[in-house]
Amino acid sequence: MARVVVDVMLKPEILDPQGQAVQRALPRLGFEGIADVRQGKRFELEVEGPVDEAALARIHQAAETFLANTVIEDFVVRVEESQ
Amino acid sequence: MTARVGVVTFPGSLDDRDALRAVKLAGAEPVALWHRDKDLHQVDAVVLPGGFSYGDYLRAGAISRFSPVMETIIEQAKGGMPVLGICNGFQVLTESHLLPGAMLRNNHLHFVCKDQKLRVENNTTAWTSDYAQGQEIMIPLKNMDGRFTADRRTIDELEAEGRVVFRYLDGNPNGSIDDIAGITNAAGNVVGLMPHPEHAVEPLIGTGGTDGTGFFTSILKRLVNA
Repeated sequence: MARVVVDVMLKPEILDPQGQAVQRALPRLGFEGIADVRQGKRFELEVEGPVDEAALARIHQAAETFLANTVIEDFVVRVEESQ
Repeated sequence: MTARVGVVTFPGSLDDRDALRAVKLAGAEPVALWHRDKDLHQVDAVVLPGGFSYGDYLRAGAISRFSPVMETIIEQAKGGMPVLGICNGFQVLTESHLLPGAMLRNNHLHFVCKDQKLRVENNTTAWTSDYAQGQEIMIPLKNMDGRFTADRRTIDELEAEGRVVFRYLDGNPNGSIDDIAGITNAAGNVVGLMPHPEHAVEPLIGTGGTDGTGFFTSILKRLVNA
């Protein structure tokens, strides 16, 4: 089965307090030099059958209507190469 | 004749019982609706209650929005049926695109639970006609994802059209844009807000006041006079 990955991130202009909290915690743990952190979501979809244009179009539609809220989030769909 | 007001129970709804009780105290007939049932059982209006429907998985309200009952509610709301979304119900309404914008995690990342003062900015909606324009009310607020946001153009449109229905007073509890606590659609039949009027309808519980009663008496008058 092929895997399609959908990455969902808050739009750049949307405040991400969770990412900020992570960023502030990093130096306390000794991880210096991280200027900014944005936290997002990654969906791994195991697709039955071929990942052709039609399948990708359907996944794109699912991402747009359900996996992401496009009022506040952007998303990227990509096919993960098999190992 | 009285009006039938439905309250939806989703898996994870918490405040459906209180909403049904508030409907009853106002003199309307409460009707329990079930998320998997497309049939609205001849109700005249619907309340989407607070809680954590579907565990707030994915995003608050994102999965409830696709439940069978919501299909019918979205269709009928577009036809003018009054719908009130409280807290999680407000989140369901923005996810359904019945209301613009979206809800995000509180800017301080803490759960909020307090009595909240609000100003009624629009008393012409189906759910606010029993309040005076500019009236200040105190009702409970309790949520994790209460930060209302939308792009500037949408906010300007809401402000210009008087569609900001409630604004937080005495401090912004969650980072919501322009202190917005609740909004309405252009027709005024769909209203969503984060604070909980159904917890402020009896002197014994909640804030100790009855400032929330007006939501339910407003809708009753609207439906009975219709």
